[in-house]
Amino acid sequence: MPNNLSELLPQMQQAVLDGDEQEAARLAQLALEQGFAPLDAINRGYLPGIRETGRLWEEGEYFLPELVTAAVAMKAAMAILNPAIEREQDGQAIGTVVLGTIQGDIHDIGKTLVGTLLSANGFSVLDLGCDVPIERFVQEATQIKADLVCASALLTTTMLSQRDLVLAVREAGLKAKVMVGGAPVTQKWADEIGADGFADNAVAAVEVAKGLVVHRAA
Amino acid sequence: MTRPRVAMFRDHEVEGIVQDAIQVLHRVGVFVENDQALDLAREAGLHLREGRVVLDEQQVRAALETVPATIRLADRDGRTTLELGGDNVHFDPGSAAIHILDPTTRRRRAPTLDDCRHLAWVTQACRHIEAQSTGLVPADVPEFFADRVRLFVALCHCTKPVVTGTFRKDAFGVMKEMLVAVRGGEEALKASPLAIFDCCPTPPLKWSDLTCQALLDCARAGIPAEMVSMPLSGATSPVTLREMVVQHCAECLSGIVLHQLAAPGAPIIWGGSPSGFDMRHGTTPMGAIETMMVDMAYAQVGKHLGLPTHAYMGLSDAKTVGWQAGAESGIGVVLAALAGVNMVSGPGMLDFESCQSLEKLVLDNEACGMALRLVKGISDRSADQAVDLIQAVVETGHFLGHRHTRTHFRQELHFPGPTVDRATYGDWEKAGGLESFDLAAQEVSRLISGGNPAPLAEETRSELRRLIQAEARRLDLEGLPLT
Repeated sequence: MPNNLSELLPQMQQAVLDGDEQEAARLAQLALEQGFAPLDAINRGYLPGIRETGRLWEEGEYFLPELVTAAVAMKAAMAILNPAIEREQDGQAIGTVVLGTIQGDIHDIGKTLVGTLLSANGFSVLDLGCDVPIERFVQEATQIKADLVCASALLTTTMLSQRDLVLAVREAGLKAKVMVGGAPVTQKWADEIGADGFADNAVAAVEVAKGLVVHRAA
Repeated sequence: MTRPRVAMFRDHEVEGIVQDAIQVLHRVGVFVENDQALDLAREAGLHLREGRVVLDEQQVRAALETVPATIRLADRDGRTTLELGGDNVHFDPGSAAIHILDPTTRRRRAPTLDDCRHLAWVTQACRHIEAQSTGLVPADVPEFFADRVRLFVALCHCTKPVVTGTFRKDAFGVMKEMLVAVRGGEEALKASPLAIFDCCPTPPLKWSDLTCQALLDCARAGIPAEMVSMPLSGATSPVTLREMVVQHCAECLSGIVLHQLAAPGAPIIWGGSPSGFDMRHGTTPMGAIETMMVDMAYAQVGKHLGLPTHAYMGLSDAKTVGWQAGAESGIGVVLAALAGVNMVSGPGMLDFESCQSLEKLVLDNEACGMALRLVKGISDRSADQAVDLIQAVVETGHFLGHRHTRTHFRQELHFPGPTVDRATYGDWEKAGGLESFDLAAQEVSRLISGGNPAPLAEETRSELRRLIQAEARRLDLEGLPLT
């Protein structure tokens, strides 16, 4: 049995890098049983794993399956550590996100990927799935006081509803920022419909989301 | 797992071609210009008629008996990296271009020794191109000396086995000495050849003094000879494709007989560079579909005879690197792979085998990677449970986070290099909105800026330098930049 957390930290990082969900969860459980601080496990064990994953992705070493399995491992650890943190203090995510594929569109891989990476990076994410009506985005965002509303579209036809979403969020008086993405979506389109953020891929989306949340906090 | 393949003939049709070729050698014979070869023929009791060597079936079959079915080539460091035989497919850049495409002007110009070095560096980096070739004829060296210099540069700047050849009869000696110096001995070179020498019969049915000599020299040194028979449809061979293949077969069979007389059991490759002759321009299009059909057809004949095979495929007749270059080269390497041609020479080449482009070489490397993936086929992993897997995807909606994906995607999916654009429109635009040629030019300049990626050990290098400089002195050529 480990006597101190520092023995577990490299294993936690490795579990994330390997995308090993079971191992990540087992180590999180072990950390709690040994009475180690859950925030330390996250900040010094799992998060460095996610950061290293991101670095390997940037270098072209890692591909989507490694990215997603790493995020899944991270989430598995978080599911065990979060309740403990919440008991200790007001466990706070860096932002809350309502996410979905826009109405009329049932493509959800890109959206799910963004959701997975956002939660692995410390966001609290409510994934509404696909073919989500505008009203439902607004309703859920209102209810959980979302910082971000993210809508994906794969088709040029359904992309048009992103404009309606931006309008609906503003009309409802929400402070949430709206992010749009998806294959046909461009920065130009995002600007044209008055969206607050756009990213070309899931990794970039995390950075954009962080930027929007910081901006909002300030 | 089934390897995807194409066949141009049924078995009995191939045998019919071989029979016709043997009849050609029997009734017409082959013109041999080389005295040594003629002496060998006489000693072996071959029949000579009006300067032509006439062969019968038994003589041809006897020669085929002793030819090795596979050839293993080792790189500069002695590691076996290529096995020519069976359905193995390997690529090397198209060889002996007298022009290089200038990436700035996008027009051809005369190549220099520097270009030869750069070709070697870029080839070193192309992971789907496993052999290098002395692919440029440097204009800053007298042509009668260029064959030796090209090999010197290739050996000093790239570790991959070399496809090369002689321009003059007296070149073989020093070229062999350079190869021996790298390998560390004549026997070691025989055991692990480092180079292949092209020997091109002249159509129809003629072995010139030079190529015949190369054939004999290679046989005696145990250096693989690659016969490059090149019938031109309706020009130097019959226009009908089957009869082109018969002529190709006859030329190569006669080459094998002469080669095996010099050294029974020496390695030789059933290769070629036939072409469908263009009846308007009088040109020899390497990108013509008939050219590729004949390539695949003669390769099938070579396989039928149990020989290692070669073809010039993956080239284009376009003058610049655009749609035609990509389509002709891509179709060529895919067909060559499906036909199981062991050594495929062509990547990088434009303009009827006359212009090499480093940018195209980098792009063609990607096409080679695709072709190699294609012939790996679809694996049947019986351990995988299709039903369980599909059930799991129905439950989770996607497979990106599934262990099965992470375990297998690197083997199942081919990963192209930086010149293949698969980015989203936005990412592509952000990266400069570049076209293929621009991406390739970027990659080439990155590779070249790194300098020699494969420097030769100093001791060997100075031995090569000593050999080439002595040869230069012998030819009264001093002061060439041979470093």
